[in-house]
Amino acid sequence: MDEAAGSPAVSRRIAPQRASLRPWLLLMPLLVFLAAFFLVPLAQVAMMSVTEPEFGFGHYASIATDGFYLRVLADTFATALLVATCCLVLGFPLAYAMAAASPNMAAAMMIVVTMSFWTSFLVRTYAWMVLLGRSGPIAALLDWIGLPHGELLFTRFSSTIAMTHILLPYMVVSLYAVLRKIEPSLLRSAASLGASPTSVLRHVVLPLAAPGVVNGLTLVFVLCLGFYVTPILLGSPREQMVAGVIGQQIEEFLNFGEASALAVVLLASTLIVLGLYHRRFGLDKLWG
Amino acid sequence: MSAPYLELRGLGKSYDGRTRALDNVSLTAAKGEFITFLGPSGSGKTTTLMLVAGFESASEGDILIEGRSIGRVPPHKRGIGVVFQNYALFPHRAAAENVAFPLLMRKMPKAQAMAKAAEMLGLVGLERFGGRYPREMSGGQQQRVALARALVFDPALLLLDEPLGALDKNLREQMQIEIKAVQRRLGVTTIFVTHDQSEAMAMSDRIVVFDGGRIQQVGAPLDIYRYPSSSFVARFVGDSNILAARLTDPAGGQAEIAGIGTVRVPALPAARAGDAIELLLRPECLKPGSGLDNAARLTVDVIVHFGDSALVTGHAGGTPLRARLEGLAAQGISAGDTLPLSWATSSSHVIGRDAAG
Ligand SMILES: Nc1ncnc2c1ncn2[C@@H]1O[C@H](COP(=O)(O)OP(=O)(O)O)[C@@H](O)[C@H]1O
Ligand SMILES: [Mg+2]
Repeated sequence: MDEAAGSPAVSRRIAPQRASLRPWLLLMPLLVFLAAFFLVPLAQVAMMSVTEPEFGFGHYASIATDGFYLRVLADTFATALLVATCCLVLGFPLAYAMAAASPNMAAAMMIVVTMSFWTSFLVRTYAWMVLLGRSGPIAALLDWIGLPHGELLFTRFSSTIAMTHILLPYMVVSLYAVLRKIEPSLLRSAASLGASPTSVLRHVVLPLAAPGVVNGLTLVFVLCLGFYVTPILLGSPREQMVAGVIGQQIEEFLNFGEASALAVVLLASTLIVLGLYHRRFGLDKLWG
Repeated sequence: MSAPYLELRGLGKSYDGRTRALDNVSLTAAKGEFITFLGPSGSGKTTTLMLVAGFESASEGDILIEGRSIGRVPPHKRGIGVVFQNYALFPHRAAAENVAFPLLMRKMPKAQAMAKAAEMLGLVGLERFGGRYPREMSGGQQQRVALARALVFDPALLLLDEPLGALDKNLREQMQIEIKAVQRRLGVTTIFVTHDQSEAMAMSDRIVVFDGGRIQQVGAPLDIYRYPSSSFVARFVGDSNILAARLTDPAGGQAEIAGIGTVRVPALPAARAGDAIELLLRPECLKPGSGLDNAARLTVDVIVHFGDSALVTGHAGGTPLRARLEGLAAQGISAGDTLPLSWATSSSHVIGRDAAG
């Protein structure tokens, strides 16, 4: 023990500790920002949900019993699930093609996929309004083919398709991250062992891509739960999503208590999904 | 003789439409034969294997098994076992499940497939490792699983692409023996790819030497060693002295080498006096003393002792020469010495001329 007192080993052990303060110092502005503009308002929202207009858990009780709120929550989850599934179905072939393409080709495809990231959210939503409108090209096409169709816009269909479009890149990036790592020789060896292309997909590609599938589904699902603008502008007024109802409660009814309680329920649902994911896979993997 | 078991007929391949990775590769193999593709990196060995396995399509030529073309058969219907250099085991399946995979793909009931997989794992010495995942096994063990998996479905052919490249030397030699033993026992026609000439010598019934996308020579290991058809093959397979000589009497077998003088060479009745030839002298064919047909005096530059043998590098009248002497015979030789050496005419070979002369 004595001989260790002045030895370099000790000073070396202390040095990294001092150095490790630095990242925290660098993080301070962000932490202050988050505390001032995120945590404090969040606490206020939680506060309001039990104090506005008077103290009590009445808002939560009404959410738990009111058929309207329960239906909105159910619709929100159902929509998020549907959007996540659509993203998977559309994103998988795309990510698979990217993983199989040459590096240059894959980069080009990645740019196209993420291009919609660079376009404003609102622009994309309005673009869908034009496309799906009563006199838009899609309606015209369906008329021309002779397919009967009802109203395309302001339905669950229109909001689902737009949210799928907006969230698809998250899914593609999640899937591409795992598919890219699958050794081509694995696919070849599976084929040489007698696996048809569909068997290769089922027995080799899908099991190895499973982490990316779970990732993409969780990410899209969680992001979709909180969507506001798109369902409001494109969705059916009869099948609202939670975020829209929260806005409505505030703007139309000035019911801050009810809106806050709904916001807390939405946040809790999101955290539960993330918590389940974390217990099974570890949250650090969610963003690839 | 009936049709050969495997026939490659004029195979050619270009990946980019301009450069040729493979050019006019033709070869036949008998059933049960162990053939090794030997050649430097980039010589077209893997490309040929990929064409046979069906992972790439040939630009020209055809592949036949028992006289039937498999050129248009997709890989999963060819029934060819392939062992890759990186093993290519399925990481999400345990060893036994990896081995059972080809049986399950052939719709064998699960229980029967697992039993057969266990039996096959036993054959490669891994009976107790069926439950291990690939990441829990050493390189050599993974290699054996890959071998068992490629053999369990009685493949028409077994292809191995540098399967031992990632293993250390001792393990590699052990695996050479094991692969050879299993191959012999099952009698499966095999193509083994390597760039290691001693591996090719040790394992093969026949060696196919590749260079620049072409077959340079095909033959039994010792024939290739003794009678290489080009100086490339002579240099690539084994250690060599390649001496430039000029024929003085082709029919009588006499030639002139600068710095050494007149030597006897295998008779070349078809050649003409004055023709330039390359004479191959393997270093171990040079013996100390002057008791054999041809003599040279070697001035020693460097001597390296290996215990059982010693490699002497030097020159004879300006012509560089390497001799491999027995360990005891080399005792006491040091740099600067002059050493009388001699060789038997029959142990030398005129490169590019038929062994029969
Ligand atoms: N997938 C490929 N695309 C383009 N060129 C290739 C490809 N595979 C191999 N080649 C080229 O073909 C030639 C032969 O390669 P290969 O068959 O892999 O040689 P070896 O296995 O003997 O080292 C090389 O020049 C190599 O660069
Ligand atoms: Mg190769």
